[in-house]
Amino acid sequence: MSDLSRSDVEKIAYLARLELTEAEKALYQRQLSAILHYAERLNELELDDVPPTAHAISQQNVMREDVVETPLSMDDVLFNAPQTAQDQFVVQAILDE
Amino acid sequence: MDKYEAIIGLEIHAELMTKSKMFTGAPVVDSVEAEPNTAVSPLCLGMPGTLPVINKKAVEYALRVALALNCQINQDNIFARKNYFYPDLPKGYQISQYEEPIGVNGWLDVTVNDEMRRIRIRRVHMEEDTGKLTHVDDGTSLVDYNRAGVPLLEIVTEPDIHSGEEARAYAMKIRQILRYLGVNSGDMEKGVLRVEPNISIRPSGSAELGTRTELKNLNSFRVLADGTAYEIERQAKVLDAGDRVVQETRGWNEAKKRTFSQRVKEEAEDYRYFPEPDLPPLYISDEWIAAARAALPELPDAKAARYVNELDLSAYEAQVLAQERAVGEWFDTAVTAGGAPKSIAKWMINELFRLMNEHRQMIDRIQVTPQGLVELIALVDKGTINNNTAKDVLAEMFTSGQSPQEIVEAKGLAQISDEAALATAVTQILDDNPEMVARYLAGENKLRGWFVGQVMKATRGKANPGLVNQLLSQQLAER
Repeated sequence: MSDLSRSDVEKIAYLARLELTEAEKALYQRQLSAILHYAERLNELELDDVPPTAHAISQQNVMREDVVETPLSMDDVLFNAPQTAQDQFVVQAILDE
Repeated sequence: MDKYEAIIGLEIHAELMTKSKMFTGAPVVDSVEAEPNTAVSPLCLGMPGTLPVINKKAVEYALRVALALNCQINQDNIFARKNYFYPDLPKGYQISQYEEPIGVNGWLDVTVNDEMRRIRIRRVHMEEDTGKLTHVDDGTSLVDYNRAGVPLLEIVTEPDIHSGEEARAYAMKIRQILRYLGVNSGDMEKGVLRVEPNISIRPSGSAELGTRTELKNLNSFRVLADGTAYEIERQAKVLDAGDRVVQETRGWNEAKKRTFSQRVKEEAEDYRYFPEPDLPPLYISDEWIAAARAALPELPDAKAARYVNELDLSAYEAQVLAQERAVGEWFDTAVTAGGAPKSIAKWMINELFRLMNEHRQMIDRIQVTPQGLVELIALVDKGTINNNTAKDVLAEMFTSGQSPQEIVEAKGLAQISDEAALATAVTQILDDNPEMVARYLAGENKLRGWFVGQVMKATRGKANPGLVNQLLSQQLAER
């Protein structure tokens, strides 16, 4: 696999809503490429018969019964909200880009 | 042949009627009625350190739906994170199923204009609903997280639908099945069931797919049919004018009866799905599938077919009685109680439904029991009361909850079948109306109905009509 391009890094940063300086873009381009190359070593193994693994832990079917627990009080819900109105969080309207 | 062919796929989102949310114990509340942010737990707010735990009942419900829609069940279920930034989910991602949804490759038969069409279902997957944003004029939005994390099912068809009417028929059938399964109320106005068609058109006979648009915020089946039909027309006009259809999300303006552009999608969204590290895999065992299958109720199509084939009802009666699960079960109980299916069907459709409409009551709330209706029909069959009296008795049963026997006795409604008593009444009527008798004997045969009416009036409607007719014939012949 080839290295990540500058525009790949910019896209990833945009998707994560990160603003990067040119120096950071260069740094992350290098670092992310190195991580990908490291992961690429898996391709050296014969893995055709191994099912994809989504989780490293051996547990499965951790479930709860459908039982209601007391919700948070209004004070707790809105405790961290920078701005509230009518018992709701106030955010800037997200307009279509 | 039409110039263009419409290719439509439908995405339906259905909230599941569990008591608690998909991954936390916060209650599921009516998001229209409840005060905002009163059903919220730390998990719903994306608080650091919170962990999701799967609601078993939600999986059970999803499994029932997947089975009822004839899906293959994926036993190895994986949840994924669908990453995006929008205030409707404070975590920054929605937990959803991506690569391994619970159900795949299903189908549903729908009838449109008397023609049966099979709509293939691509997938049924579990996810969580998002919070509700209310936009305010000052450029801000208010966020209510009551709905965030409510178990949500997404049901996606293959592009097998070709008209607004077909889209409506399919969506109505999905709603009917969800209600039968007891997993969703089907209330589109409250947004617990949301239908979004993807629509494209292409020249008839072409194999290429055109650019599609997606319709959102359609809050009724009629709007679904109208909006889809409008969109097909609109795209045809665009192509006819030599322009190209833009890939976008469109809304429906009910006042103007047309769709409008909401959001142009220039590039495919990039949600960077990856397996949800906080949820271990979910394995649905053969036993679980078998148990869920065994617990499925008889579904509407099967019920209606049984009514026609085994109980000899008309297609119309069968369809009406199988429409709602509670109605079908009420009818089934009455049949089990020993009534003739055809009579029960007629009494329910003609009389009981009228009373329910009048009193605005659903069948599971009424005081008339299936056994009560069967007893009423038996009283008619035995000749204790006549048909018209029985209708009054049913109305009385509806409001008082008494048994038909009680009402007939208390009100002295039993039909007069005493021949001597009725003969006296007939004689009296004939004696009191010599000129009518003369006209009748002179050939005015239609006066016969008038005599019957007079006898009924004299007996307050309780006379056995067959006997009255017989006595009238005898006595008129003697005059």
